[in-house]
Amino acid sequence: MSKQAGILKVIHAVADIDGDPAPDESLFDSGTLDSFTLPDLVTGLEEEFGVSIPDSDLVPERFDTIHKIEAYLDSKIV
Amino acid sequence: MAFLRAFGAYLPPDIVTNVDVAASTGKDAAAIERATGIRERRYAANGVTVLDLGVAAAQDCLAKAKLPADEIGLILFSSGSTERSFPGPASSLAAKLGLTTVPVIDLPIASAGSLVGIALAAELALRYGNILIVASEIMSRCITFEDPDTAILFGDGAGACIVSRDSGFARIVDHALHTDGNYAESLSLAHGGTLHMVGLEVILQATRKIPRAIADLLSKHGLTPGAAAHYLMHQANLNLIRKVAIALKVPEEKFFVNIDAYGNTSSASLLIAAAEWHTANQNPNGPIVLAAFGAGFSWGAVLAVPVP
Repeated sequence: MSKQAGILKVIHAVADIDGDPAPDESLFDSGTLDSFTLPDLVTGLEEEFGVSIPDSDLVPERFDTIHKIEAYLDSKIV
Repeated sequence: MAFLRAFGAYLPPDIVTNVDVAASTGKDAAAIERATGIRERRYAANGVTVLDLGVAAAQDCLAKAKLPADEIGLILFSSGSTERSFPGPASSLAAKLGLTTVPVIDLPIASAGSLVGIALAAELALRYGNILIVASEIMSRCITFEDPDTAILFGDGAGACIVSRDSGFARIVDHALHTDGNYAESLSLAHGGTLHMVGLEVILQATRKIPRAIADLLSKHGLTPGAAAHYLMHQANLNLIRKVAIALKVPEEKFFVNIDAYGNTSSASLLIAAAEWHTANQNPNGPIVLAAFGAGFSWGAVLAVPVP
């Protein structure tokens, strides 16, 4: 099942944006996420999807687009 | 047993405001303050060295401790911005203080070196008595305005601390030091190069690792984060300090902050903050936590309790 709705919910909770970013839009290049909202996004994803994201998985590129976030979460949630 | 005996600091007089930095970087001055909490920083004048700043901070610290230099048993000198590869400034600092047989150790651990120095001093005080820890940085010569996001953060300055075997205002209870070299490239300064910092990685890891190190250290001693009265952190960015406070569920007011006046002075910042904090808090009213995160990545925390 798509996780995009949950990911968008977290993005809107941590970033001050109006619309939904496109699935392959860079959240960093667009200014949606920065150094200080990225940690909030990770914490939000952990709470929303009930996963624990280890420090070793905290690679910024992994959270750059909605598709990349979804792929990462799919790898964590069977 | 080991005690925090005194702190000292020295800041070069030349003030560089956000308006000044904005002119060099194209950034907006108000946006710099919003993003970092920094209003101004100090830059060392041409010809002034890391050693010069360190000597001034050491002398301030010795004066506050009312300790003659010849009663120092060991010197630890932290700097990631030294002018040469070797020898580091520790031996020259000893010579400037008139100490020609006292052992010294240089700690080239940007941002976290002073915390590492205090932790090592706590372990070595039994053997060496009074240990002088100095952290001095001239970051303004390591930055390039071609990387404005990094350049806006940094300033120059020096701090110092004396850890003593016999007496002080707070007893060092314990410390926790950690390093993960997988992130060595995320914060680095090559010979002859400029500071390379991947801000996304630094902040992402720091916001997790600092609160965990603090909470684990406190828990080991039966304390919650709320039980600590004073938090002294490496002054990297006001937003990072706030995130650590939120993660620990501790009021932000317990965290001493002076990044607004000096910017990020790398490893010197913890001791500069500690010096200003102690001047305003001669009689701390509860456990003191010192914490830092820096190159390596290296991070950790020190726990001290006031002496009645």
